[in-house]
Amino acid sequence: MSATLTQTWYMTQRQLMVYWRQPVFLLINLIQPIIWLFLFGSLFRKVTDLGGFGTGSYLDYLVPGIVVMSALSSSMWAGMGTLEEIERGTLNRFLTTPISRGALMNGNVVSQGIGTAVQSVIIVALGKLGGADYPGGLTGLALLVVASVLLGTVFGALSNALGMLVRQRESIIGINTFLLLPLTFLSEAFMAPALMPGWMRHIADVNPVNWALVAGRSAMADDPDWGDVASRGGALLVLALAAVWLSTRTFRSYQRSV
Amino acid sequence: MAPTTGGRPPHHLRDRALAVETHQLVKTYPGGVRALDGMELAVESGTVFGLLGPNGAGKSTTVKILTTLARPDAGTAAVAGHDVLRHPGRVRAAIGVVAQKSGADPVATGRENLLLQGRLYGLKGAACARRADELLERFDLADAGNRPVKGYSGGMSRRLDVALGLVHRPEVLFLDEPTTGLDPEARAAMWEEIARLAGEEGLTILLTTHYLEEADRLAERIAIVDRGQVVVEGTPDELKGELRGDAVHLELREAAADGAEPLLRDALTALPGVHEVAVDGRRVSARADDGAAAVPALLAALERAGAAVATATVARPSLDDVYLRYAGRSFTEADAAVGTPVPAGAAGGAR
Repeated sequence: MSATLTQTWYMTQRQLMVYWRQPVFLLINLIQPIIWLFLFGSLFRKVTDLGGFGTGSYLDYLVPGIVVMSALSSSMWAGMGTLEEIERGTLNRFLTTPISRGALMNGNVVSQGIGTAVQSVIIVALGKLGGADYPGGLTGLALLVVASVLLGTVFGALSNALGMLVRQRESIIGINTFLLLPLTFLSEAFMAPALMPGWMRHIADVNPVNWALVAGRSAMADDPDWGDVASRGGALLVLALAAVWLSTRTFRSYQRSV
Repeated sequence: MAPTTGGRPPHHLRDRALAVETHQLVKTYPGGVRALDGMELAVESGTVFGLLGPNGAGKSTTVKILTTLARPDAGTAAVAGHDVLRHPGRVRAAIGVVAQKSGADPVATGRENLLLQGRLYGLKGAACARRADELLERFDLADAGNRPVKGYSGGMSRRLDVALGLVHRPEVLFLDEPTTGLDPEARAAMWEEIARLAGEEGLTILLTTHYLEEADRLAERIAIVDRGQVVVEGTPDELKGELRGDAVHLELREAAADGAEPLLRDALTALPGVHEVAVDGRRVSARADDGAAAVPALLAALERAGAAVATATVARPSLDDVYLRYAGRSFTEADAAVGTPVPAGAAGGAR
């Protein structure tokens, strides 16, 4: 067991190295949320006048939305990395060493989680610089980060599974561009639920992206609704475990196809 | 010793330690591609064994099964004494693998790649670092060791690949097409490196190649593989010796006088092990069971007949001839025939 843990750390380290060796990736991952924060923040500034946002400052409302959307959009590309490792022969090389198969999978999940957490913290800090107010304090922010990490795990694992199954960049690109905006806009990322059409609200109820938003925003509120945090957070956790299980299964089927 | 085909392992191997042993391996890929069709191999410990065949013959599939990447549909395989299906973990600890694409991390330095590889085999701290430095030195990568691998030349990354396979001092090293894609200079350097490795105590090397010259040069024994089976196995010389013999070409100082040609021919044909003698002016050619051994006798016989010899050359039959004979088609023909589609699920390129 401890060997698996150590090996998981080696694999995590290896994945994270890409970021500090190629800071351009990190920058790109951060510039996009900054643009969204600025664009949406300016565009929808007056929308809080309609009420239902629980705050008078749209930026307060927007920060969790950008955190969750960024977690979704960056994790969706995890499969591209896996695909590259398969094509380069790296995965097969590791499979012929005594490394535990679990550690190979866990390395992806853990490095993905660390990446999402760092990205979320930076966005929260940028929001603060822009004048956002977080009444829920550090606990609320921490839970927002946890929710976005869980969401990132769900979509990262699914993307990995997809990469191993289809072995085609085009499929990942196609599915991601198809899913990102509908998943984001069919949630309360940018708009208060009270202002959404009824049918959209119903869809949002079963959208994991919305679960992360509800859990995060509830935890960040002045007077948190812990029931909402627990129910949505719990659902995300279950989904994340299921997605990781699925991608482990896909990994086994990959090994059979070698 | 005669080369052997199919069936049980060659008799001379039965009592010795085998580093690799397979019986009746069968592997069919989705879509009905029968990559292996009763593969029989026996590789003696401490030797260099070459699997030679065109693309698609089943070499890479065999290596994938022996390195625990793929599972056979039927048959058994053992590496370093461990069954690949029952004890894959023990096999992995005992082998080093240099695949066609061994996938060093391009962002990491050569040294970091080696350190990680060492850690995966349980090497720790200073011992791991020492081993990495030792290998960088040995593979002429000491200067490049702290540079990211993406800046390496083809030859350098191939040398790093081999170093990665050796980190944990394996008992059996698999080299899958080690020089494919290298320029002639890098190829020659890699051959030297492999020849040097072969001298190491106890290391068994299983080499796959579709270069006849490579197998001839590096391998002590060769199995020629075609359509998922071993069609013939033996030392390069045994395989070539199975052909009608060497070609011996002699050039006389002066053309044989009119009427002397039949006399010369008869004199040479009378020598043991020499046949198909032809005399044409200054040129004399013959087939000999053992060309090198026949030359002195040929020279002496010509001398006695009063014909002085200017030059003598012996041409060994090539493995290409051997391949043609056992696989029933020429090597280049077989290689070209595998332009046929490979199933989409086939990772790692050629098999």
